[in-house]
Amino acid sequence: MSETEKRGLWGRLFGGAAPAASEPPAAEPVVEAPAPAPTSWWQRLKSGLSRTSSSLTEGISAVFTKRKLDAETLEDLEDVLIRADLGMDTATRVAKALAKGRFDKEISEAEVRSVLAEEVEKILAPIARPLVLDPAFRPHIILVVGVNGTGKTTTIGKLAQIYARDGKKVKLAAGDTFRAAAIDQLRIWAARTGATIVAREPGADAAALAFDALREAVEDGTDVLIIDTAGRLQNRTELMDELEKIVRVLKKLDPAAPQTTILTLDATTGQNALNQVEIFGKVAGVNGLVMTKLDGTARGGILVAIAAKFGLPVHFIGVGEGADDLEPFVAGDFARAIAGLEQ
Amino acid sequence: MFESLSERLGGILDKLTRRGALTAEDVNEAMREVRRALIEADVALEVVRSFTDKVRTRAVGAEVIRSVSPGQQVIKIVHDQLVEMLGSTAQPIDLAAVAPVPIMMVGLQGSGKTTTSAKIARRLTQRQKRKVLLASLDTRRPAAQEQLRVLGEQNGIDTLPIVAGQTPTQIAERAMTAGRLGGYDVVILDTAGRIHIDEPLMMEMAEIKRVANPHEILLVADSLTGQDAVNLAKSFDERVGITGIVLTRMDGDGRGGAALSMRAVTGKPIKLIGTGEKSDALDDFDPGRIAGRILGMGDIVALVEKAAEEMDLKKASEAAKKLQKGLFDLDDLREQLGQMIKIGGMKGMLGMMPGMAKIKNQLEGANLDDKVLKRQIAIINSMTKAERKKPDLLNASRKRRIAAGSGTKVEEINRLLKSHRQMADMMKMMGKKKGGLFGGLGSLFGGGGMPDIDPAAIEELQRQGKLPPMPGGLPGGLPGAPSGTGAPPVGLPPMPPGGMPGLGGFRGGLPGLGGPKGPGGFPFGGKKK
Repeated sequence: MSETEKRGLWGRLFGGAAPAASEPPAAEPVVEAPAPAPTSWWQRLKSGLSRTSSSLTEGISAVFTKRKLDAETLEDLEDVLIRADLGMDTATRVAKALAKGRFDKEISEAEVRSVLAEEVEKILAPIARPLVLDPAFRPHIILVVGVNGTGKTTTIGKLAQIYARDGKKVKLAAGDTFRAAAIDQLRIWAARTGATIVAREPGADAAALAFDALREAVEDGTDVLIIDTAGRLQNRTELMDELEKIVRVLKKLDPAAPQTTILTLDATTGQNALNQVEIFGKVAGVNGLVMTKLDGTARGGILVAIAAKFGLPVHFIGVGEGADDLEPFVAGDFARAIAGLEQ
Repeated sequence: MFESLSERLGGILDKLTRRGALTAEDVNEAMREVRRALIEADVALEVVRSFTDKVRTRAVGAEVIRSVSPGQQVIKIVHDQLVEMLGSTAQPIDLAAVAPVPIMMVGLQGSGKTTTSAKIARRLTQRQKRKVLLASLDTRRPAAQEQLRVLGEQNGIDTLPIVAGQTPTQIAERAMTAGRLGGYDVVILDTAGRIHIDEPLMMEMAEIKRVANPHEILLVADSLTGQDAVNLAKSFDERVGITGIVLTRMDGDGRGGAALSMRAVTGKPIKLIGTGEKSDALDDFDPGRIAGRILGMGDIVALVEKAAEEMDLKKASEAAKKLQKGLFDLDDLREQLGQMIKIGGMKGMLGMMPGMAKIKNQLEGANLDDKVLKRQIAIINSMTKAERKKPDLLNASRKRRIAAGSGTKVEEINRLLKSHRQMADMMKMMGKKKGGLFGGLGSLFGGGGMPDIDPAAIEELQRQGKLPPMPGGLPGGLPGAPSGTGAPPVGLPPMPPGGMPGLGGFRGGLPGLGGPKGPGGFPFGGKKK
């Protein structure tokens, strides 16, 4: 960078092309996010979901300040749930369950909330399963797939942090050879977490890279191999074929590979998330979900719809941008947070 | 889950068709389904409400046009109202300001700001011959600035050199200075995204806005966004004041309801849509098309345009000349098969055609995929040049050789030849009848009265092609819609009168596929059982 300093204003403004290009990309500045005050994960989840729950509870408050549970009221409640992205079917289902035995009776707001939490928890409880590493496999391979911009690379960084802290030997494979600078982004995460990384030049074949990474991981006794993939829309057949190839190639070395295939879902996504789960599930054998960006304004209610339809385990939720902001998914807490109940 | 509205409304509208006028009750019943369709397309609830109210007002007591059924009329009203709410005229990026014109890109993390910045830069550079400078103000995400630099390099667009340690505002200042000194026409400022709209982000945006005084502030938003789209658009518009919206990931299979939500709550136009990860995948916004998509009625216009894009013009005009002479050999067939694969194969094509979603699903079950097309290409590849020009040469022993060479069976070759013959006959007929079925894009290979084919003509065709199917109010043959018979579409769905532009070429086509299963012609007719 000092070279740039010497080149004067003009040089700094326009001379970038030649010298700057020769600089290694890793020299690119990483401005760390100011470390947030340590908070309990509950608080973080709560604040993340607060918008969900506050808008939801505001809605509920508006609907139920003690009034009769009639058809119109139920429809209003359904609307409140739809606004949280639960989708038409799930919203109807929850509203129906809520009405059971209570129809035409006076009901208070608190009651509605707790019943809402109960109903949502009923749907979510079976899918709140942690990601357990199988000690029989060394390495345990985690393949991370998803649509562009859903937070795959960031999730991988966070996973690496978790396993590195557990004293595991972690290796990352920079399988997103398409997006400009994705490899650099993963490199930065590797450096932050002390994981090793297998990377190739941009445009390289992702399946070949995954294959080599697995071979290396077997040789050097890696505990966890986390493979990044390029983001892709699930309706792009040729890209999904590519993904299928990665899985196929990994199986050549380890028939059980990948032990875990995680689909990252953006909490802001609407009903299309159902399509994503279905098609990625079919092509890549997704057996676990991570919902990211739950600290946003998004409601994340689509997770309830996904749970009802697919029953795939949700391993983690992303509740922030820091390396530690990946939390296990706890159904009761999530449901209560959605319903706006205190712990 | 995303079956089309027209299919879903089927039951209700079937009842409606038998009546002469629309009663309030009819409309209410239909509106419940419309509401459901909109919600499943992720249109925000408040927008759905005001939308259905407007449609209801317009539909009840609406003059019943004799020639269309009330059901069709409801769909037309819904469609028209959607287009109206989406904004009926295209609004391009406005560059009418003193150069360098600053364009500021804002949006959430992962919405595609950086990619879109590069796409816009490329578009302005190549189509409007502007000199564009790209600057990344994202000092937060690892390697974000690097990503923009790489994208700039790939597309031959200048990027502001990265200087470590500068704040976004400083970078914005530097970018504007560089823009002025370097004689740039446009400076695109790619700002940092956040996972959510928080105070620091909004402060940063406001500060950048103050420094750069952008002429356009474009909100980049994911078209797959759910109900949150309203919050997102509202907060950015209230705090930063956007001038337009760019929707990304429109190449996904989402229904794009976010478009309606954001447009409705901000009143700001949707200026562009991102349709792929490549740098040229950026399109003008076409309300009619999105309306059709939200309602789940396929996307004929997209099909036509995509076809036009993917066709190799030179080859197409060669083919057109041949066809005019009534010649259509196996090389041409191979060419067409290749084009079809490029367009996205069978499934891609069907997905874009209205009313075909069901058939597409059946196709998936039937394991009929692009492999069939590829196998047919393989057969043709195993022929000699002479054989391709003159299929009559193919006797039994030649066929056995070809079967061995392509790893197929003689029967498959026969099937291919039979379809080729049918297609060639059809082509001959078309060649004589100028215009006709080969109107629109069909003339690309049909030569329907268009001797010189140049890109301008194609664009013109596209523009014309847009008119018949969608905004014209879904004429006559909405497949699956109440044509009174209720019969499942056999063969091709009923096409809007005047022919679906561009499909002419495929009509008798899709050689071989229909062979074993159905009565030839369009191959999917026979799959209905």
